[in-house]
Amino acid sequence: MSENIIKPYMRLAGLESLTIRPESNFVNIGERTNVTGSKKFARLVRENKYEEALSVARQQVENGAQVLDVNMDDALLDGVQAMTTFLNLLQSEPDIARIPIMIDSSKFEIIEAGLKCVQGKCIVNSISLKEGEEKFIRQAETCKMYGAAVVVMAFDENGQADTLEKRVSFSERAYNILTEKVGYDPQDIIFDPNIFAIATGLEEHNNYGVDFIEATRIIKQKMPLTKVSGGVSNLSFSFRGNDHVREAMHSVFLYYAIKAGMDMGIVNAGQLVVYDEIEPGLKKLCEDVILNHNNDNNEATEKLIAFADTVKRKGKEEKKDDAWRNTPVEERLKHSLVNGITDFIEADTEEARQKYPKPLTVIEGPLMDGMNVVGDLFGSGKMFLPQVVKSARVMKKSVAYLTPFIEEEKKNNPQPGNGNAPRVLMATVKGDVHDIGKNIVGVVLGCNGYDVIDLGVMVPADKILDTAIKENVDIIGLSGLITPSLDEMVHVAHEMKRRNMQQPLLIGGATTSRTHTAVKIAPQYDNGVVHVLDASRSVTVVTNLLNKKQKEELLDNTQKEYEALRKQFLNKQAHKVLISYEEAVVHKEQLNSENYTPVKPNVDGIKVFKDFDLATIADYIDWGPFFIGWEMPGKFPAVLSDKNFGTEATKLYNDAQALLKKIIDEHWFTANGIIGFWPAMSNNKDTVTLQTKDGEVKLEFLRQQSKKAAGQFNFSLADFVSPYAGEVTDYMGAFAVTISGARQHIQKFAAENDDYNKIMVQILADRMVEAFAECLHHKVRKEYWGYDKDETFSKEELIHEKYNGIRPAPGYPACPDHTEKIKLFNLLNATENIGITLTESLAMDPPASVCGWYFAHPQSHYFGLGKIGKDQLEDYAKRKNMSMEEAEKWLSPNLE
Amino acid sequence: MNIKELLNQRILIIDGAMGTMIQRYKLSETDYRGERFKDWGSDIKGNNDLLCLTQPQIIKAIHKEYLEAGADIIETNTFNAQRVSLADYNMQSLAYEINFEAAKIAREAVEEFSASSQPPTVNRFVAGAIGPMNKTLSLSPDVNNPGFRALTFDEAVEAYYEQVKGLAEGGVDLLLIETIFDTLNAKAAIFAIKKYFRDEKKASLPIMISGTITDASGRTLSGQTLEAFYNSVAHAKPLSVGLNCALGAKEMRSHIEELSQLASCYVSAYPNAGLPNAMGEYDEQPEETACFIEDWAKEGFVNIVGGCCGTTPDHIRSIAEHVKKIQPRTLPVVENIYA
Repeated sequence: MSENIIKPYMRLAGLESLTIRPESNFVNIGERTNVTGSKKFARLVRENKYEEALSVARQQVENGAQVLDVNMDDALLDGVQAMTTFLNLLQSEPDIARIPIMIDSSKFEIIEAGLKCVQGKCIVNSISLKEGEEKFIRQAETCKMYGAAVVVMAFDENGQADTLEKRVSFSERAYNILTEKVGYDPQDIIFDPNIFAIATGLEEHNNYGVDFIEATRIIKQKMPLTKVSGGVSNLSFSFRGNDHVREAMHSVFLYYAIKAGMDMGIVNAGQLVVYDEIEPGLKKLCEDVILNHNNDNNEATEKLIAFADTVKRKGKEEKKDDAWRNTPVEERLKHSLVNGITDFIEADTEEARQKYPKPLTVIEGPLMDGMNVVGDLFGSGKMFLPQVVKSARVMKKSVAYLTPFIEEEKKNNPQPGNGNAPRVLMATVKGDVHDIGKNIVGVVLGCNGYDVIDLGVMVPADKILDTAIKENVDIIGLSGLITPSLDEMVHVAHEMKRRNMQQPLLIGGATTSRTHTAVKIAPQYDNGVVHVLDASRSVTVVTNLLNKKQKEELLDNTQKEYEALRKQFLNKQAHKVLISYEEAVVHKEQLNSENYTPVKPNVDGIKVFKDFDLATIADYIDWGPFFIGWEMPGKFPAVLSDKNFGTEATKLYNDAQALLKKIIDEHWFTANGIIGFWPAMSNNKDTVTLQTKDGEVKLEFLRQQSKKAAGQFNFSLADFVSPYAGEVTDYMGAFAVTISGARQHIQKFAAENDDYNKIMVQILADRMVEAFAECLHHKVRKEYWGYDKDETFSKEELIHEKYNGIRPAPGYPACPDHTEKIKLFNLLNATENIGITLTESLAMDPPASVCGWYFAHPQSHYFGLGKIGKDQLEDYAKRKNMSMEEAEKWLSPNLE
Repeated sequence: MNIKELLNQRILIIDGAMGTMIQRYKLSETDYRGERFKDWGSDIKGNNDLLCLTQPQIIKAIHKEYLEAGADIIETNTFNAQRVSLADYNMQSLAYEINFEAAKIAREAVEEFSASSQPPTVNRFVAGAIGPMNKTLSLSPDVNNPGFRALTFDEAVEAYYEQVKGLAEGGVDLLLIETIFDTLNAKAAIFAIKKYFRDEKKASLPIMISGTITDASGRTLSGQTLEAFYNSVAHAKPLSVGLNCALGAKEMRSHIEELSQLASCYVSAYPNAGLPNAMGEYDEQPEETACFIEDWAKEGFVNIVGGCCGTTPDHIRSIAEHVKKIQPRTLPVVENIYA
């Protein structure tokens, strides 16, 4: 074990630490967040524009400030309130809050207010002996209780130190009091031995620069662990208005002061010229004035003033972050779009509107160009979806600003739209209410300059196609999540052919697949059907489809690809041997009934949960799918520290947590659920009979029919319920849960053009309903059915379904027939009890709803049904009292 | 022997989870209420700190189990016992009393344990547990208003002051500010401790500080890096600084290593029994936890070790056994001039 040595360095902290070592370079303290020094900042604070005021701070950080000086000393301001408001806001901006804060005020109550807002180790600027030793000690003790370092001004009861001797002796006196009476660590003390204005014309001011530099040297010799700082811009006060000269003076002064031991200074981090790059003439003039050389009778001063008069204020290009504000309006719009900045968008849009012949050309020109850059960056993985959504917000604001002008022009000049952006029509098909993915695609396409017409959810084929014709759209996109939507998409494609339409058809959504599109949809329509895997691909596909040459290429390639998929599919089909239904039943899974006694549920019949506690539900959220929803690949929580996505993923996660908290605190959502249990008996085949108070209800299940290896079973959910009547009664359960209340907030965010939060609410509603299902299932096992009272699984284990029992949903792989949902709804009286309704495709509304069956047997498990034969279909149709046609329709994905 | 002398001799053991142990009793709402709160207007099941008043014998029994397992330091059952958190149960007015009683119970447990062992044990310490509160000073609960705060610094100081007063007057030996996920809350607690002892004109009790790194980013929930966190609380001049909760020992290792390099005081670490989860259930076995911690000890990272969520007397026994013969981390040399 090597010996660890800890050095007595000044160690400050914002979100990150700042250690000032002897070999550290000069520490820049950003000065623009000071109402006494920055008119702009003062105005923003006075006008309560704190968001913009933050951008001043951000600019200082981006320009290299390592500490941020914040000063709210203004007669017209409530300093305590302004300091508190600004620092609290600043804490929520990690890119600013990462550096330590210097709380700057001549009023101690403002300093203390600031100290109460900052978690990091701050610097207090300043305290002094001005009002006597007692008060000095009291203030220092308070600073120490907050753990702040302190700047001590060279001041005493009789005034400011204006000579070299006073500068040093005042500092020494303060040092002794602080270290001996208050117990301050020397490394937490910073002296400010007064930088005063020089070259004022008064000879007694001429040595101020030299005095500061010499005082610094002596202080650092006598009290080596302390630091020296100063407000540099005071020095050049008499040259205000002439930044060129001032900046040169500051650089020259710092050059010498730093050599003498000055550690830090309050400077405009964006405006320090490099000492070596100051023009030699000016540099020499500055040196003479600062070092008080050749300055008898103010000679050097006069020369610098004369020089200053000759300097026309050269338009200095501002550095880095500010620079973009000086670029042409097109560049500014692009910058705002790419960086998601809304601060200037209206002013810039207005400027562009005046510059361009028509308001519409602003959209088609600079805005589209900007969004193309966003699209490119997104396409190449340099931007992530949440950022793109923020860009979309900027775009929408700009378009919203232009819209009245466009309308006005249309009125005066009624010509049907010419040269409009390409139009994409999007809809979730009839019977389906899911639209998160579609909304994301809409945003992304919107960002890329496409005019997106979104018809919403549950849109019948006729309405889609009528609108497409009426609005003369270029592309039609269909979305859906539940399996019956696949058939509806086939239907839409079929109708498009019948109507002899020309637009390419895009297919997307969670249950869609390339194979399904190739095998079922594409053959229905000849003018192009393309499956789009996710939002990030949508732009490329749409762009290609709108270019004549690329369109041919893309459709050609797709055609070939789909042809291959169809062949592959048929081959697989051919090789997949189905056994007869009869034989499949023989190969049913025999569950262990010797060591297993069914448990009688503690709830008899149904139990309703109204307004279930949202916070409890939130604990069960599986965050993995949340990130998948936002198209951020990777596992949770690893995605938070992912090399590429980590920063954005963390931002997203934090935003989600914050919104979730608001949702819970303000009760945006209402969670209602219902569970029910009934004595159940299987018939050794695929029917389970439930005994309800109103008589028997028969549930019909389906059995795998593919040929299995020896010793493998043909699964059916019915096997998980005991066939034995009489001695042992077995049970089955059902549940339905729903999250309502999301819609109004989604609409509100949509009205505000805030797609980011709109999508966030949708995704959170989905996560919450899944979590609710998990939570209720947990309670069912432990309490309401109570077959596993002592279960103790971790959240991860719950997510990985380690527990006993399953909750398969009608319409999903183990029991793909959605029509069994009707029985489930009747058993639970779900519509009346908790307000979920079923659409014609048997999707649940509100969309954030989940239902399913409960099986308790420890050997019960999930499986996919796979393909079934005609014999089973016939048997099933008979059992269900359905026509073969109807049964075929509902089970088409499972038929050959 | 005072605790510093002991810390120079060997690695000290701090106890394990209180909540996990309370769960084993499967207490009902009625149990939580006891006779005194049987007509209380709101549900109070889950207010574990209240058990100091309604089921003191259970709390004392748990303390004793940990002492028997080898804990040198036991924590009072006061993680949420300040008026800000207690407001959840409308029990703000009980803050002082709970802390005072909790300290007394722990004190009694130590004394009864010492007296009952042969030969009588000495040098067992009671640490007054000061948790993070249910409201944060650096983070806004309102996504649309990032400048909003649900609590002021002054309110936090006032609440912690009352807690510290109860703990100190109830007889704790140490004050442990733990599970810090917002450093500003911890700074309020430090402020309150300093203010209390200044007001009482007494020397401060030793302060232990234990932060929480929430994920692989290596930062606190309020966004600070470990070094920034340490710099921000160093003014407490703590007896020890360390980490607890949120991570299992496996995930905590690199952070403890870093902290052991930074800290000029003693270093403590009491991880969860494996990774955290929303259910509050953990599966890392005592032997596993102990092996991770033994490794830290051998590397010279730690002075005080124990367990947080999910750990049990068996974990503590196993940890104590594994680090028994290992030399503690030696305190770094703190220079007071530039070498």
